Amino acid sequence: MTDKIPVTVLTGYLGAGKTTLLNRILTEPHGKRYAVIVNEFGEIGIDNELVVGADEEVFEMNNGCICCTVRGDLIRILDGLMKRKGKFDAIIVETTGLADPAPVAQTFFMDQDVSDAARLDAVVTVADAKWLSDRLKDAPEAKNQIAFADVIILNKIDLVTADELAEVEARIRAINPYARLHRTQNCSLPIAEVLDRNAFDLDRIIEIEPDFLEEGHHHHHDEEMQSISVKLDGEVDPEKFMPWISNLTQVEGPNILRCKGIVAFPDEPKRFVFQGVHMILDGDVQGDWKPGEKRSSRVVFIGRDLNEKAIKEGFLATAA
Amino acid sequence: MTAQTAPSLTQNVTTIDAGAHVTAIGWLKGTAAFGLSDGGVLLAKDDETHRVEAHPDAGILVGVSDGERFVTGGDDGRVAVTGTDGSTKTLAETKGAWIDSLAVSPGGAFAYGAGKRVIARDEKGREKVLEVPTTARGLAFAPKGYRLAISHYNGATLWFPNVEAKPESLEWKGSHLDVTWSPDARFVVTSMQENALHGWRLLPDKGHMRMSGYPSKTRSLSWSHDGKWLATSGAEAAVIWPFESKEGPMGKQPRECGVRPAKVSRVAFHPNAYVLAVAYEDGCILLVRLTDASELLVRPAVKGSGITALAWDKSGKRLAFGCEDGQAGILTLPT
Repeated sequence: MTDKIPVTVLTGYLGAGKTTLLNRILTEPHGKRYAVIVNEFGEIGIDNELVVGADEEVFEMNNGCICCTVRGDLIRILDGLMKRKGKFDAIIVETTGLADPAPVAQTFFMDQDVSDAARLDAVVTVADAKWLSDRLKDAPEAKNQIAFADVIILNKIDLVTADELAEVEARIRAINPYARLHRTQNCSLPIAEVLDRNAFDLDRIIEIEPDFLEEGHHHHHDEEMQSISVKLDGEVDPEKFMPWISNLTQVEGPNILRCKGIVAFPDEPKRFVFQGVHMILDGDVQGDWKPGEKRSSRVVFIGRDLNEKAIKEGFLATAA
Repeated sequence: MTAQTAPSLTQNVTTIDAGAHVTAIGWLKGTAAFGLSDGGVLLAKDDETHRVEAHPDAGILVGVSDGERFVTGGDDGRVAVTGTDGSTKTLAETKGAWIDSLAVSPGGAFAYGAGKRVIARDEKGREKVLEVPTTARGLAFAPKGYRLAISHYNGATLWFPNVEAKPESLEWKGSHLDVTWSPDARFVVTSMQENALHGWRLLPDKGHMRMSGYPSKTRSLSWSHDGKWLATSGAEAAVIWPFESKEGPMGKQPRECGVRPAKVSRVAFHPNAYVLAVAYEDGCILLVRLTDASELLVRPAVKGSGITALAWDKSGKRLAFGCEDGQAGILTLPT
């Protein structure tokens, strides 16, 4: 696990500041070497890094379902990069402003060679504080990028008033209450907030979000994209829970962008932790319940047109 | 019989320190050329080696040989050619694209892919360009005639670079990786993202052939000298499909040789005998005789030293191999 190369996916609508962030990452004195996969050459002013051009070729695998799309060009590039192992410590993938992050993320789970060699570290989305609200209305891609993010960098805050900033933050939270959110000017923030997040590592879901099992997020609602969080004060029955979660993600997979959860199984000293991207689910028992800790279970889904009532009832019905 | 008990040829192997991941091997008469991920080409003849900087400050992604010269494609966007005398020069250059697909024809022509563009240059230096629908992943010249097979997403394209006619499309949904042409030119076979092979019977009926059941991708394909067998990597044995009948392998079972608890990474048929060199991700190499499935050990498993390149010389007396950790070697068959 540890010797897999971490990959950070950088998304963001056109003009939000992706290239600024990328240049900041590359120029900071961190002593690390990056291989950078970009869409267009020329904007990056770095010459001692390994920079590779990509074509964003989205391929369907198997049955042609949206959940089984991958980035064919990424598979090819990573195959080539792995021959130069040792020349770089991490990979950054910059997507175009109009890209859906799902095929990029799915590439790291669907392709065996890629998942053997590299691990998705986090999806980082740069958003323009002034224009994001408008884009969320007219650009489905912008909404996907916010919904998908593990880290959101709300950039250009100097161009908006405090009220406008609060409003755009509320919009972001309505779509994705769980991502780490940073307010920046010129994408200025400590690089550690962007890289080495381990957002897809089951081990770290608990570490990053120690309060995951605590209720406490406000629930705003975007008209179309929503997050649903259901908590159960107690344990779930794995014989009921596993078929339920697997059926839900199979049936609703196209609408579920991300999901994660921590649940308690009876007589299991460890927590069961899972996370998913569309139809792809990854789960395992991780980390002991602490002595005296309340064994509770919680699942969250971020998606489009989800049936909140059915999901809540379905989850609660798996109680042990 | 297992690898541990197989009679050994290990004392007939000369080891070579290639210094970097070996991405390709070509034989130039008696010289083995190792293409390296650090941009170098290591020439090895008898007990001497000589390193040539074919792609300075870059990496070699692909290399092919026509028996006279070693042609390499790099992540510097260049196609370079290296000769046995250690000379190297640029054959072609593109801006910003990786050259990871390349083919040479026995007549001296070569072709390479740069993104969606495929560039073919014949032996007289006439260059033709074809744009395919998505990135060209694999290239292979037909055994006879100046014709190229190009694999890409949703199929393959057959192209006569010097003929005006529209290229022929072979369609099959999915992402096609490597492509090969059977020695009798009747079949075109691709390896696919979906852990399967796909084949087209060009004669007489354009029929499809689906060869599946692999636990991982096939990235190495090798035809027997007479074209009757196609050996493939991607399983914990070399999977060998029968192509002697007109129908190809349809309805027939493949043979499995060299079953071991490690994935086969490269295969190479001997140029004039039913002997297959089978190389594994755990670094082991076996020679398997098809007639009785007897095995000879060429290299035991070596941790972190999976085999990444494998090639017989023209006479079939020597077998060169290269590994992910920069180890390499040449087996000389006892006479």
